[in-house]
Amino acid sequence: MGYPHPIHPKETPLLSTHFGDAGARSYEGWVARGGYVALQQALGMTPEQVVDEVKASGLRGRGGAGFPTGLKWSFMPKNDGKPHYLCCNADESEPGTFKDREIIRWTPHALIEGCVIAALAIRAEVSYIYIRGEYTEPYRILQTAVDEAYAAGALGANAFGSGKRLDVIIHRGAGAYICGEETALMNSLEGRRGNPRIKPPFPAVAGLFGFPTTINNVETLAAVPHILNRGGAWYAGLMLGNPKSTGTKLISVCGHIQRPGTYEITLGLPMKELIYDACGGMLPGRTLKAVIPGGSSVPIMTPEEVESCVTDYEGIAAAGSLLGSGGMIVMDDSTDIVYQIMRLARFYAHESCAQCTNCREGTGWTTRILERIVRGEGKAADLDLLLDLADNMTGKTICVLSDSCATPVVSGIQKFRADFEAYLSGARAPVLVGV
Amino acid sequence: MSSHTTEPYLPVFVGENLAKLEALFPKYPTRMALLLPALWIVQEARGWVSEGGIHEVADRLGLTPAYVRGVITFYTMYHTHPVGRHFIQVCTTSPCNICGAEAVAQALLEQTGCGELGATSPDGRFTVMEVECLGACGFATPLLIGDDFIEGVTAEGVPALLARYP
Repeated sequence: MGYPHPIHPKETPLLSTHFGDAGARSYEGWVARGGYVALQQALGMTPEQVVDEVKASGLRGRGGAGFPTGLKWSFMPKNDGKPHYLCCNADESEPGTFKDREIIRWTPHALIEGCVIAALAIRAEVSYIYIRGEYTEPYRILQTAVDEAYAAGALGANAFGSGKRLDVIIHRGAGAYICGEETALMNSLEGRRGNPRIKPPFPAVAGLFGFPTTINNVETLAAVPHILNRGGAWYAGLMLGNPKSTGTKLISVCGHIQRPGTYEITLGLPMKELIYDACGGMLPGRTLKAVIPGGSSVPIMTPEEVESCVTDYEGIAAAGSLLGSGGMIVMDDSTDIVYQIMRLARFYAHESCAQCTNCREGTGWTTRILERIVRGEGKAADLDLLLDLADNMTGKTICVLSDSCATPVVSGIQKFRADFEAYLSGARAPVLVGV
Repeated sequence: MSSHTTEPYLPVFVGENLAKLEALFPKYPTRMALLLPALWIVQEARGWVSEGGIHEVADRLGLTPAYVRGVITFYTMYHTHPVGRHFIQVCTTSPCNICGAEAVAQALLEQTGCGELGATSPDGRFTVMEVECLGACGFATPLLIGDDFIEGVTAEGVPALLARYP
């Protein structure tokens, strides 16, 4: 569902051009739409030339961190005689984010093509696509597409007759949010518990199976064929705001909004135009209460912050939050923001791998304190206690899951303190927690 | 082997399932990397992963049963006990929560007869679990029933939906 939605004039379809077009799913259909031209071009280029083109595009990681993709690829060693691996992170699990799913469901060959171009750039033969276990339909579609690509000779020991080996292997997860963290993903793929690893060593030095590895998000890789087809300079010219934020970005918009779905915008579009024009704005009779713009791990924004915010890496940072994964959760005035922050804390407590004390204890205690607040049993000192806990959960653990739990709590208390105080003073009736 | 039953354990990795596993070996440089895929094969064949299944996977991959158990319990999608014929996972994380997901979960618990999360209905037909974010936040409320991904479920729509899963 969700597609086809009519492309809104404020959108810039690039990756989403064929969303809703079931004919684009097959190998022949993809080739008829210009697919695999970029791969054949890349097979005739040196790894350095591919990396330089992607560097010129300004493409940044679309999974959340926004790290420059070409630069990441350039960290991979040369002439080290070791196997290299490309990992595609298709473990999309950040609450509010459902964009990679659309890429996989509608244009699986775009992802396969992006994977193997990246593999060529980092001198890898094998690409593993780690897809979350819950994505049953996208998994079937992607597996069919990989089988077709092998049958057509686009993948295998002699891809497009180039003499180069390009393999794509799909690996299913089994239900664990933390496996979207890149080092946890590698552990999970190796047949281990999905505990994040201490860095350094970074994956480019010692990653999957101990060998140099690059991990890229689905959307990042799906953008790569477009960059080779039309040139890095062309892609870099796609921007409306800051020149450090180039290209298009899929924003999945959910919550209290007229037309939820995945929208593709040129980075730099005012957030207001996305929410009110492309998505049709608030539900009848409702007003905006808050927006979480980049998946649940980023600071909550107030309507005032949304008002002047530009949707790109720098613009949202200037407004006090982060672009993150582009998973935008819109909440109207019917929302009990304290209850929802409790639900988010519970999410992180459930998903903590429990390696680090600050995370294991911090996410648990944050949840229990928030639960007692909404049950009407909160204490006056609870808000200070939550902020103190959050301080001990930020920047003190192996990965950022702990920080991600603290973020909505801290931004929530800072920006919506009156909502918390209404529970503490008894002005707001307590609610039953959970199902 | 299982201490809970006197029935002999019938191995999963014979015939087609063994071929499936063996086809995976060349795709990975270690045998341990086949652990998640091997557990999926067992669960697809039997509906859950029993002690016998744990031992069989451990033997096949050169791991210890304790190690396999440690990995299984990290992930939410493997069942270490039998579940209902239709395993229902309902998302109640914030984006779905603000769109009525808890009412959907409540309706599922009442109308399946499961009563509480994680329990199986007395007729063995359903097990209902609340899960965190299914990655379909724009189409609240999403459910997984077995392998079927269903979007836009409302509390009112639950009876008609359940009727499709006898």
